[in-house]
Amino acid sequence: MAETAATEDRTGQEPLELKITHPLSEMATMFFANHAAVAGLVLLIFIILFTFLGPYIHTTDPFEMVWAPFSPPGEEGFLFGTDYLGRDILAAMMVGGQVSMAIGLAAAVISVVIGVTVGAFAGYYGGVIEEALMRFTEFFQVLPTLLFSMVIVALFGATLLTVTMAIGVVSWTAVARVTRSEFLRIRELEYVAAARSGSARDGYLIFRVILPNALPPIIVQANLMVGSAILFEAALSFLGLSDPNTMSWGQVIGSNRPYILDAGFAVAIPGFAIFFTVLAISLIGDGLNDALNPKLRQR
Amino acid sequence: MTDATPSTKSRASGALTVEDLKVHFGGSRTLFAKGAALVHAVDGVSFSVPAGKTFGVVGESGSGKTTTALAIMRLVPITHGRVILGDTAISDLEKEELRAARRRFQIIFQDPYSSLDPRKRAGAVVREPLDLMQIGKPAERDGMVAELFGQVGLRPEQRALFPHQFSGGQRQRIGLARALSTRPDLIVCDEPVSALDVAIQAQILNLMAKLQRELGLTYLFISHDLGVVQHICDQIAVMYLGQIVEQADRISLFTNPRHPYTKALLAAVPTVHGNKRDRRSRMRLKGDPPSPINLPPGCRFASRCPMAEARCREASPPLEDRGGGHRVSCFLV
Amino acid sequence: MAVATDPLLSVKDIVVDFKTRYGIARVLDHVTLDVNSGEILGIVGESGCGKSMTALSIMGLVPDPPGKVTSGSIKIGGMELVGMQLDSLRQIRGKDIGMIFQEPMTSLNPVFTVGEQIAESVRLHENASPKAAMDRAVEMLKAVDIPEAERRARAYPHQLSGGMRQRVMIAMALACRPKVLIADEPTTALDATVQAQIFDLLQDLQEETGTAIILITHDMGAIAELADAVAVMYAGRVVEKGTVDAVLSAPQHPYTKGLITCVPHLEPDPPVERHELMEIPGVVPALTELGKGCAFAPRCGEATEKCSVEEPQLLATGDKHLTACWVAQQERAQ
Repeated sequence: MAETAATEDRTGQEPLELKITHPLSEMATMFFANHAAVAGLVLLIFIILFTFLGPYIHTTDPFEMVWAPFSPPGEEGFLFGTDYLGRDILAAMMVGGQVSMAIGLAAAVISVVIGVTVGAFAGYYGGVIEEALMRFTEFFQVLPTLLFSMVIVALFGATLLTVTMAIGVVSWTAVARVTRSEFLRIRELEYVAAARSGSARDGYLIFRVILPNALPPIIVQANLMVGSAILFEAALSFLGLSDPNTMSWGQVIGSNRPYILDAGFAVAIPGFAIFFTVLAISLIGDGLNDALNPKLRQR
Repeated sequence: MTDATPSTKSRASGALTVEDLKVHFGGSRTLFAKGAALVHAVDGVSFSVPAGKTFGVVGESGSGKTTTALAIMRLVPITHGRVILGDTAISDLEKEELRAARRRFQIIFQDPYSSLDPRKRAGAVVREPLDLMQIGKPAERDGMVAELFGQVGLRPEQRALFPHQFSGGQRQRIGLARALSTRPDLIVCDEPVSALDVAIQAQILNLMAKLQRELGLTYLFISHDLGVVQHICDQIAVMYLGQIVEQADRISLFTNPRHPYTKALLAAVPTVHGNKRDRRSRMRLKGDPPSPINLPPGCRFASRCPMAEARCREASPPLEDRGGGHRVSCFLV
Repeated sequence: MAVATDPLLSVKDIVVDFKTRYGIARVLDHVTLDVNSGEILGIVGESGCGKSMTALSIMGLVPDPPGKVTSGSIKIGGMELVGMQLDSLRQIRGKDIGMIFQEPMTSLNPVFTVGEQIAESVRLHENASPKAAMDRAVEMLKAVDIPEAERRARAYPHQLSGGMRQRVMIAMALACRPKVLIADEPTTALDATVQAQIFDLLQDLQEETGTAIILITHDMGAIAELADAVAVMYAGRVVEKGTVDAVLSAPQHPYTKGLITCVPHLEPDPPVERHELMEIPGVVPALTELGKGCAFAPRCGEATEKCSVEEPQLLATGDKHLTACWVAQQERAQ
């Protein structure tokens, strides 16, 4: 090997194409390249428009009896038919959707905040702190969740706020466990040691180094959480433990449940609405996860 | 390499002294290993490295060489002993004092894939220590990073790329740039070329030698590859089960190995100078290195040593100078 | 070295293509190798040069998709393996060709004892009773120098050390007395002193049983001390091959020369003055971006104009010594 050749190119350069773009535009490109995620986004936008703009166009009060009970969809001018009290299901779907989605989102945020905090500190510090925090988590985990949230709602009254809090408080344990196990894995990796020898403080290591790398499974978990919170609210409504003065998808299912054999549509329509919402959110979550991961970008 | 004359800093600031370093693991720290056996990962290691020189630590798995490196970096708790860099006892520092002192000693790791944060761009990886330790004015730091990239043979434009977009050798260059960013006196190199392809190893080793010449760096070089150690180190310590069994300068160690373990280790390495017939006549050890749990009394190598006698199993031989700074811990040589 | 008989294993002009998102990658490009009975052939090169893929193609284990053996022939004892039915191929694997891998922990099943696993591979290929198969397993463990073989046969993989597990892998690969044993970086995960033991064992077994061994490694030292013949691979092509003596004492291809000189070899008597290591500049090219000429030309200090235009063929440049390099061939011609 000629020495000159060795000195000329001692950098070990790969013929690497340099595409330098703004991180946000890279993320957007990645997200929009994922067709499933885009479909999810379109679906979610449609549902949001339907629930938030719909009531301005279709102004019927969802609590008002407008027709004979159990009028099938499409007949007598009611697109989704009427329920057991003769109320317009279309109106209930619109107004109730706002509540269901708000509860789902808020409960997911609460459970992620609690879960990530507990899991991160347990996983990062280990030892006695981990032991204590994980016992605490297990305590919440072994409580029968439905029963526990019923107790909370019964004690503090069935308002939207208490229902949301109750759901959040019973469902953070899964997030905590996922976060802890990711932290346990990542804290042993060498780039964490490298950051520490770069004199990073604990807070920096937890929130700026480990947490961003632990996000993918947490995002997936948070997605599931939105869906399960919507379902949870439905279950509470079904048991009559949700605010009876607030319409929600769960409320529609719950109140029509006894008549499922005579008027299946009254239960099926809100059921499908929940299904499509959960599907849209998880498709978007998948796409976000890919877009947030630089390894998958630009490949 | 041998004629290193550091121009930028006083010679003394990079001298490293390690006195009776011990790192023991175990106890009831984890959930499932309550009352686990005590592991003597590093058990009484002492050596000193003059500023601007390279000190090699060789050994097999379980020898404690990586733990020694991490303890000196203050990345694992030190059970006993002192680590002194220049005139600072870095083993005595805590919290903010330790954080401030960290700019003087940096580390590069073996695995170029797990040692860079996959979610940060290469430039941000190198800039991170500057931000954390507030070195230079924020506005100047980008320029400093660009300069560091040039110093390790990367193009400054490559700052905007993510680690996975680089090859293994280039990633190791990023790791080097990061370690250099704080202008340290000491760089601990934990198997820096072991994970690289042979053709890339030479590029990184030459770069490291060049940086040492230019910046007067002190290297603590951990490796299992005796060829690499022989090439780059000035002084070499051979570790076995948490202790140094032999230590000497590179010429003395390789031309005149004294400890049976060192001899066996040298005999085990296949070289291009060897051939099929020669390898038959070489010394061979039986068995695997034992684990550093439940150590028997006496010399730790006795169970595999072809020369061991009764007294080797009763008392530990001290590490003694046998002339010219060639230290050996063996009763029989 | 063998007399003029048919080689035991003959790989001829094998081509393997992989579909990638960047296009077709030619992972093996007309690789030709012969292994004679009782010989150790070393295949050496950097990661991605195709040395492991050569082993997989001989075993019929090229992942398909995305890979495909596009053309060529692999014959063992005159029997063609390319295009063979999967059932017959399974019989060949283990019985005629055994393989040991780099990481013995992941290649052993953690829920069975090592004795059971060796016995299982015996029963798969020979119509042996469970008792006879287990006896054979213990016998094999003894053959690979495992002390207390009867007791160790009842151990699970995690109860054994790394070196012991690699011995078990060797015992398993040799249990059906294969004609060829492929060892893919068998000692990379092991310590130096244990590596030496495994090399001794391979050499002993080879001398006792006459099994041919293909040793895949990146370590020229291991080639020098273990192999009879060597093939150097680069970017899916064999760039130089011949007897170990010929290739190591007088390497012809610039890549082989680079591989030997860029590594700091352990010297018994190191010089006081240290020199800078020779470097092979640049990195291995992406297999989807290979041009028309010699794949090594962009990194080669001796490259001429011809090198980047026309691909050199593997031609004799000495006694039992072939090189695919225009410069070396020209020197030979003069």
